[in-house]
Amino acid sequence: MASDVLAASLPATRGSGVRARRILIGIAIAFIALFLVLPLGVIFAEAFSLGARAYAAALADPDVRAALWLTLGITVITVPLNTAFGLAAAWCLARFRFRGRGAIIALIELPLSVSPVVAGLLLVLLFGRSGLLGGFLEAHGIRIIFAVPGMILATLFVTFPYVARELIPLAEAQGSEEEQASITLGASGWQTFLRVSLPKLRWGLLYGVLLCNARAIGEFGAVSVVSGSVPGQTNTLPLEIQALYDGYRVQAAFAAASLLAGVAIVTLVLKAALEWRHREELRATRRVRVA
Amino acid sequence: MMKRRTLLATAPALAPALISFRALAAAPSDLLNASYSPTGELYKAYDTFFVRFWRGKTGTPVTIRVSNGGSGAEARAVIEGLPADVVTLAIAYDIDAIARAGLIARDWRSRLPDNSTPYTSTIVFLVRQGNPKQIRDWPDLIRPGVQVVTPNPKTSGGARYNILAAYAWALKANGGNAGKAKSYLAALLKHVPVLDASARNATLSFTQRGLGDVLIAWENEALLAIAEARGKGFEVVMPSLSILAEPPVAVVDKVVDRRGTRSLAEAYLRTLYSPDGQDLVAQNYYRPRLPSVLQKYAARFKPIPMVSVDHDFGGWDAAQKKFFADGGIFDQVSLPSQ
Repeated sequence: MASDVLAASLPATRGSGVRARRILIGIAIAFIALFLVLPLGVIFAEAFSLGARAYAAALADPDVRAALWLTLGITVITVPLNTAFGLAAAWCLARFRFRGRGAIIALIELPLSVSPVVAGLLLVLLFGRSGLLGGFLEAHGIRIIFAVPGMILATLFVTFPYVARELIPLAEAQGSEEEQASITLGASGWQTFLRVSLPKLRWGLLYGVLLCNARAIGEFGAVSVVSGSVPGQTNTLPLEIQALYDGYRVQAAFAAASLLAGVAIVTLVLKAALEWRHREELRATRRVRVA
Repeated sequence: MMKRRTLLATAPALAPALISFRALAAAPSDLLNASYSPTGELYKAYDTFFVRFWRGKTGTPVTIRVSNGGSGAEARAVIEGLPADVVTLAIAYDIDAIARAGLIARDWRSRLPDNSTPYTSTIVFLVRQGNPKQIRDWPDLIRPGVQVVTPNPKTSGGARYNILAAYAWALKANGGNAGKAKSYLAALLKHVPVLDASARNATLSFTQRGLGDVLIAWENEALLAIAEARGKGFEVVMPSLSILAEPPVAVVDKVVDRRGTRSLAEAYLRTLYSPDGQDLVAQNYYRPRLPSVLQKYAARFKPIPMVSVDHDFGGWDAAQKKFFADGGIFDQVSLPSQ
């Protein structure tokens, strides 16, 4: 809409403006096609290269199924934990000013700047047999590394910042006047949180959870370091895809990859649908934020 | 009355079942094999066979799982606590590392026949159909315009054999002149566009991504690549001199003693040496130890003059130190300043 207004207000340059606009849009579309749509298409083309039956057979493979369930299980555990943490961190950091506040924000963002492989190695150094807590864990028969608990910890670590970093600036920008009003009018802390704070943060929270979810499902590096690499037990979907590809089962690898691509598409559609359904409300919150 | 009698009658019948169930619970009937990637196909076939064999012999069902990764990575994982009952790795050096960590007895090599290596392989060249660059032997690899694919020996245990084989040939061709052998290695590495991290990555670079004119590979990896090629053709070229590759196996003492799986783990490794095990080994492109099976697959495994790490390089510890440690021969010939 803004560009229409712009074009209308500049009648003299209209012709060249239209051409420039078309060229720019063309470049953008070509870029998206080349780097996003084409690779996505290749995944599905390879996945179905031996026919629908081979595709179904690849997905029916018990190791691929186990990998899918493990991936979903790890996601179901890590995303709610990091959501709860992100909400708590955002609330605390936006409402209070205290010494070390900047350091905490920097620490929360640390997993974004640490290579996932290093994150995995950190866990090995901590929980491995020769690691800091290794002796204690071995003596008590507790297995963390090369087992599912280590993979959950690795995923928790790399997806740690996603919800918090979406919410902290939003909560800061919104201030706390409404919460103060709510408390003054006699609402309890929980009521204020559930009916005032949470609705205000809803959109940021949604973005954060979607990002966190996508990363948890797709994480490769950190999880591969702490996984036992046992198909059917400690291979998540991304690890299983590599194992299949390395084992010359290219079509099966792409069939499994199509599941991940499917998750990505569903996530995108879900986000678009939610935004469309709540478009009025969304526009209102954006106005509030700008004002 | 009738009901009670049947119940009484079944009680003695149930008791042994309960006891055997408890025995089962006491000795877990599952086994984890930590193996290096290129054995994936071999152990898939062997595990199926062994599960059937073990049930026939003892009546006990058993589950076998395989952790697959680079040889060094698997050794590292076992050292850090991966509860593998047996390890089947690319080089003895990696099992020695686990032994140094105290998980395997130091004398592991003498516990099974043939230095605990139930199968062998050697280093060959894989070239594209028709051998367009006319590659016959080691000197052809450093001709202008020839690109060589080989994995990084720092990260791939198997790739160390490639470097040692090249060095052994160059040493022999130059009448034992170590300086000239080093210059050959340096020249060879200049023809390598990218050092992949693992042997399988290098193979996939050559076969799937079409990189390079020749792949230096283990014979089993090269033969498997030809079998998996599906239309794209490759040929194996045997150099005039190669090296005996001995991928060893061992029971992880600490793990089997803790889990009570020693007899199962030992049987699993010993059965690799049986005629059936050796046949599966040969079917999956590793050279069998058993002469009768080798005879049967004589067309597949052609004789080739070979040096060995133990005889010609003084064992893995010495070879590792001289060639692949920091500042060793590999570093000297691959650093850009040289």
